[in-house]
Amino acid sequence: MSDLSVDAEAEARRVSRREFIKRVIASGAVASSASFVMGGLSSCSSRPGAVAGSVERLISLNVNGQVRRVDVLPQETLAMTLRYKLGLTGTKLGCDRAECGACTVMIEGTTYYSCSTLTHSVRNRKLITVEGLRGPNGELHPVQQAFVDELGPQCGFCTPGQVVAAVALLQKNPKPTREEARHAMSGNTTIT
Amino acid sequence: MAHKLLGQNFLPHDVVAKVTGEAKYAEDFRAEGMVFARLLSSPYPHARVKSIDISEAMKIPGVVGVLLPEDVKNPDAPDIPLLTMEPGFVGAAIMLVAAEDETIAQDAIEKVRIDYEPLPFHVDPLASLHPDAPDARTDGNVGAAGVKFQTLKWTKEDFANAGKRMPEGKAAQEWAYGDIDATFAKCKLVLDESFVHASNSHHSMEPRTAMAYWQNGKCILHVSSQSQSFITPALAGMIGIPPSDLVVVAEYCGGGFGSKGGAYPLQALPALLSKKINRPVMMRISRAEEYYNGSARLGFQGQVKLGFAEDGKLLAADLYVIQENGACQSFFDFRNAADGLSILYQPEAMRWRGMPVYANSPIRSAQRGPGYNQISHIMEPLLDKAARELKIDRLSMRLKNVGGRQAAFGSRRATVSSSYLKEALEKGAAQFGWQERMARNGQRKGSKITAVAIGQAYHPAGFSGFDGLMRILPTGKVHIHTGVGNLGTFSHSSTSRIAAEVLKLNWDDVIIERGDTRRHLPWNIGQFGSNTNFTMARTNFVAATDALTKLKEIAAKRFGGSPEQYDIDGKRVYRKGSPGTGMSYGEAAQRAIQLGGKYDGHELPKDINPMTQASATAIAGTGLVGVAKDNLPMLGAPAAFAAAFIEIELDLETGKHVILDYLGVADCGKVIHPAGLETQIKSGAVQGFGVAALERIVYDPQNGLPASVGFYQAKPPTYGDSALRFRTSAVDLPDPSSPLGTKGIGEPLLGCAGAALLCALSEATGGHVFNRTPVVPDMILNQLAGRPQAHSVLQVNCQ
Repeated sequence: MSDLSVDAEAEARRVSRREFIKRVIASGAVASSASFVMGGLSSCSSRPGAVAGSVERLISLNVNGQVRRVDVLPQETLAMTLRYKLGLTGTKLGCDRAECGACTVMIEGTTYYSCSTLTHSVRNRKLITVEGLRGPNGELHPVQQAFVDELGPQCGFCTPGQVVAAVALLQKNPKPTREEARHAMSGNTTIT
Repeated sequence: MAHKLLGQNFLPHDVVAKVTGEAKYAEDFRAEGMVFARLLSSPYPHARVKSIDISEAMKIPGVVGVLLPEDVKNPDAPDIPLLTMEPGFVGAAIMLVAAEDETIAQDAIEKVRIDYEPLPFHVDPLASLHPDAPDARTDGNVGAAGVKFQTLKWTKEDFANAGKRMPEGKAAQEWAYGDIDATFAKCKLVLDESFVHASNSHHSMEPRTAMAYWQNGKCILHVSSQSQSFITPALAGMIGIPPSDLVVVAEYCGGGFGSKGGAYPLQALPALLSKKINRPVMMRISRAEEYYNGSARLGFQGQVKLGFAEDGKLLAADLYVIQENGACQSFFDFRNAADGLSILYQPEAMRWRGMPVYANSPIRSAQRGPGYNQISHIMEPLLDKAARELKIDRLSMRLKNVGGRQAAFGSRRATVSSSYLKEALEKGAAQFGWQERMARNGQRKGSKITAVAIGQAYHPAGFSGFDGLMRILPTGKVHIHTGVGNLGTFSHSSTSRIAAEVLKLNWDDVIIERGDTRRHLPWNIGQFGSNTNFTMARTNFVAATDALTKLKEIAAKRFGGSPEQYDIDGKRVYRKGSPGTGMSYGEAAQRAIQLGGKYDGHELPKDINPMTQASATAIAGTGLVGVAKDNLPMLGAPAAFAAAFIEIELDLETGKHVILDYLGVADCGKVIHPAGLETQIKSGAVQGFGVAALERIVYDPQNGLPASVGFYQAKPPTYGDSALRFRTSAVDLPDPSSPLGTKGIGEPLLGCAGAALLCALSEATGGHVFNRTPVVPDMILNQLAGRPQAHSVLQVNCQ
């Protein structure tokens, strides 16, 4: 909302104070929904370098035990890179603002909200997404199997994040108490 | 009759994909040349768009096109417009911009110049009924399905004379039965209370992102939907094409709770834009946009007067409900609330009045237990209040008022097909140990107090008149076609097991065709309204019965005698008493293809829906086709009930509660799928805990701006809000209108839990009834400290 700061003074002179506040608040609401914006599909983008600082750079990511080369914008989030450039759509976007946990991935064994992690910040670090949990012969990870056995998923949209968070918890703390488990999973919202 | 599959657990075919990330939701699809669309939505609660200037936006490199209000055909007011020139709430969609990527689309939106004329607005339905108050719309202020869209204001006297009660002017709709005044006159105890039930977002985890493209004249649309077949005709209508030209793909749905039950404009918009620009269009919807366009529960302001006999029987009820519609046509929670009250408590005389009022707030739609759950949340604490005043045990109070097996309800005094609420209460009380548990009620431990409570809820549980479709292939495999959505109840599979049961199949022999209209789906109603386990149990039953009849006829043609002389088992149809004389299902399917006509779907029943007709025609000749419309008798209104028992600990210093123990008991008829039922009871309860004590929509009344556009503001429950001990149970008695006794259950599982928690919070605060949801810690602390609440009694959108 760069327009806002530029125009603010002139705007303030033209309209009443109350009207001005209303517009600022209204603009804020619009601005917050605009934070959803992504860098875009590299294959579709027709304007490399059109905007200052928006040049993609080729980087290496270590995802699920494989090194993947990918063009990444400076402002690109890991969730967008995974979903739109690496085809790893198991990582879901439920809020895109670090609230719901549907986008949870592991970085060096620790859970992160990939919607709020810049891809450039995780170069050469070990990333595990839900797609990377199966065993070498395709068998389900014990946590995945437990989710199946207990009919854990309902709509399933939060499930990948829940599974990743549970795996990360058990890697660090194989026998968590109920309280520890509740705490560890509390960053993952489920509404089913 | 012993069942092979009914009541047994099974592994639904879609579970593994959900834990591995392979399950594809609408935003997980890509198409060649796909562009991204962004919504330009209203920053004003109510305004007229005087002009739209896109010239600067179109100059931005990468912008591909726009979709403007003039490009779409809006439905008649007050239905939700696709794009509007008179936005009625912050976030209402005005236009779309498509670009090579989302950043460009959003940049372009910033360059669109719109000249708005702000219009008067309000976010308080009751206050808006005052003759001097502004209305939310310029073309009427009141309306709902079954209520004329009109302008109906109250008088100044209505407001001036109200005193401490809610003002009660002329109602848009009302009904009554019995002699209400005479019945109140004979009551021992009369309660007369104003109440508020907050609105709350549906909070579907999957935002309603959609992706569309066109191929050979057909529109392929990836959407988030609670069903596939049911939405298709209306969605095709929004796009302006015949249903046969629309392919709906919605194999997975990340939650809907009623908000994705029917076709909605955000599904149609990418399709229309894609057609205009001839590129595939992905329109992602943000969480904030979900709060505007993703819809919410209808909030209530109301007054309820209740008259009780000395023994606790509710004799008379007088209910007035003002519902907040949002800016557009929504639902009829206000009417459902009346049915809910009458069915749960069986008053001898009752009057109901209702006002569905438009407000400049987000789109509303049915949310899990629309109206029925709100009234449980309001009524159950009041029932406890009466019990305390009359010195009656709270369980006895409920057993005193519960209806019989064929309980009557509403103004028409219709009767239910079955009610086992009494059995649910008794079973739950025994399992929970109600009498023993009462000893702990009110016990103090430091700053904490323990409270136990009960909650009940009701919802209709099914429909009739939809179609079933299945086929037996020469391979012996049986394909069951279903339009039941995938909300995660797994009822697409559990209702298919009804067909498998009729044909005595092994579950391994069944293939479920679902999720995509190209899989030839029958006309099924959507997965909403707690109906699936009744409605589609019946459709699958009639389709399988049709297949069974055809199997026997084919066998009789082959081996002689009449069809009645034949029976089935082990995937064979054979002559009774001579098991060797018969053929396998696969052989029968082969013969069905040879016979043609009705046997392989070339000849179809006349009464099936055109959608079923098209689907059956598409699979004709591939095997033995079982297809029929559900014309089975209805022995009353299908009804689902649930009872909940809860123990909480409330910290009197912080106002925060912990749920120590919860038991949910379902009256869902015969249980189809125990594991699925268990997850439904638990997840419905967690949602109820949220509605009762956390979730809200907050609006700035001065500027009409929303303050709850994120999870942290609107507060859906998390792991930390769940119960520490969680148990489930079911009555498991059959409904007589359902072929195998099953009925729906989804919604009352929320209402009974919310009601139980609200009752427990009342109990823990010395019997104070807040008459409001949500009951949040600061309200509890204000009450305990004897301070006034921050809100006035009937204030809304303020928590």
